Amino acid sequence: MQVLQAAVGKFGGLIVRACETVGGVFLLFADTLRSLFRYRLRWDQLWEQMYFIGIRSQVVVLTTGAFTGAVFAAQVWFQFKRFGMESAIGPTVSIAMCRELGPVLVCLLLAGRVGAAMAAELSSMKITEQVDALRALGVYPTEYLVVPRFLALVISAPVLTALALVTGIGVGYFVAVQIFGVDGAYYWDNTVKYTDRKDVAIALIKATIFAIIIASISCYKGMNCPPGTAGVGKTTTEAVVNASLALLISNFFLTVLLNAVLYSN
Amino acid sequence: MLELKDIRKRLGEQEVLRGVNLKVAGGEKVVVIGRSGCGKSVMLRHIMGLLQPDGGEVFFEGTKLTGLSEEAWNPYRRKIGMLFQGAALFDSLSVFENLAFPLREEGEKNDRVLRDKVAESLKIVSLAGAEAKMPAELSGGMKKRVALARAVIRRPDLMLYDEPTTGLDPVVADSINRLILHLGKMFGMASIVVTHDMVSARMVGDRIAYLHDGKIYFEGTPEQVDRCEDPLVRDFVRGHASGMDVIG
Repeated sequence: MQVLQAAVGKFGGLIVRACETVGGVFLLFADTLRSLFRYRLRWDQLWEQMYFIGIRSQVVVLTTGAFTGAVFAAQVWFQFKRFGMESAIGPTVSIAMCRELGPVLVCLLLAGRVGAAMAAELSSMKITEQVDALRALGVYPTEYLVVPRFLALVISAPVLTALALVTGIGVGYFVAVQIFGVDGAYYWDNTVKYTDRKDVAIALIKATIFAIIIASISCYKGMNCPPGTAGVGKTTTEAVVNASLALLISNFFLTVLLNAVLYSN
Repeated sequence: MLELKDIRKRLGEQEVLRGVNLKVAGGEKVVVIGRSGCGKSVMLRHIMGLLQPDGGEVFFEGTKLTGLSEEAWNPYRRKIGMLFQGAALFDSLSVFENLAFPLREEGEKNDRVLRDKVAESLKIVSLAGAEAKMPAELSGGMKKRVALARAVIRRPDLMLYDEPTTGLDPVVADSINRLILHLGKMFGMASIVVTHDMVSARMVGDRIAYLHDGKIYFEGTPEQVDRCEDPLVRDFVRGHASGMDVIG
């Protein structure tokens, strides 16, 4: 009986902590939006974050986009050639890149690279009293620390996703046409014919929402770091894991919702 | 100028402050002493609004600050300076940027004015010419001096010092103590110094308050504290470990 009580207590504690975290993330998101409109924007901070997130992430994002497009084109060719459907490879690669692979893979990379950096930086500032020093100097931490990071990621993620899409589709074309000998004219004509503007819209909407999730979770974790250096490591890991899981789970609901909204006719 | 009325605070399971009452007059230097973990820093954080009390009130220049929102505290925080125990310099900014930060937040944009004010503040803390250094390049004592220069650059009415000499060698600690006295005299600011360093307490305090068991247990001038025969105060002042669990 005692074992059962302990197990129920432990499970209940987990649920309570999870609810606290979700509530805290939503409150920080609301506070970020409020601070975004209430305070003047710190352009220098925004540029600095945009450089780190937008420019410094390009190599990893382009590489991911290129090899995802290449691998997907190769896999699709191996399957489709059995049925003589080589001309459908282009739109298949393109639609898959736009609707799922592009936004999900780019944002998972951003959760690892940028989300970890945000959580580690903010939690280091928290444990060395730099966040308190900001408050003591009359500066609202959400406005100074969270808003520029949030905004930079929300602007950069769709742009990086678009870059990954272009690269992935381009490299997919190269692999299919130059390596596997698919007819280039058919490939490109079908790609353009069957890839809808709405497919690109889905990619960009998903990337924006994923960026909001990553920034909110990473900043929340960083700003609520427990004391001690061990807390920084724990916080950083939790930020990446939670953001990645939240991204993958929300991807399912977004897919259903966006298809229902954009293809309702 | 500042009054703490019956401040109570619980952190987790522990009731850290159990009704702290303290008054500080304009220009007065009050030192709060007490054993490690007795709640000195927690008390200081209530004055700065970094923590909100569970009970009691904080009055500053006649205004009740308790219950104000985070942002409503900011105008008052600009009148109070704080030196943090670990200096809390922004490590991504140079010494110049750290010192210019509070001035820029007040709207000062003129580079020449910023340069002059930063140079003047660094000169006061004997670190003239250190503008280009990064916090990582500074020693512990230098960090505290820079943090002190940043805290006083807006000429606050009240300065809070959280363990200003902890972790410093006696010579550097003495220089920080002299600096605290010098700044008080120079700008007429009141100060509250939290410390367990009795040399520092005697040197900088007009009045010493002993915090024990979450309350101000004893208050008096440095001479009165030295003459106090209460065993708790006497043991602390003389650095005796009697009454504690001591091995050997």
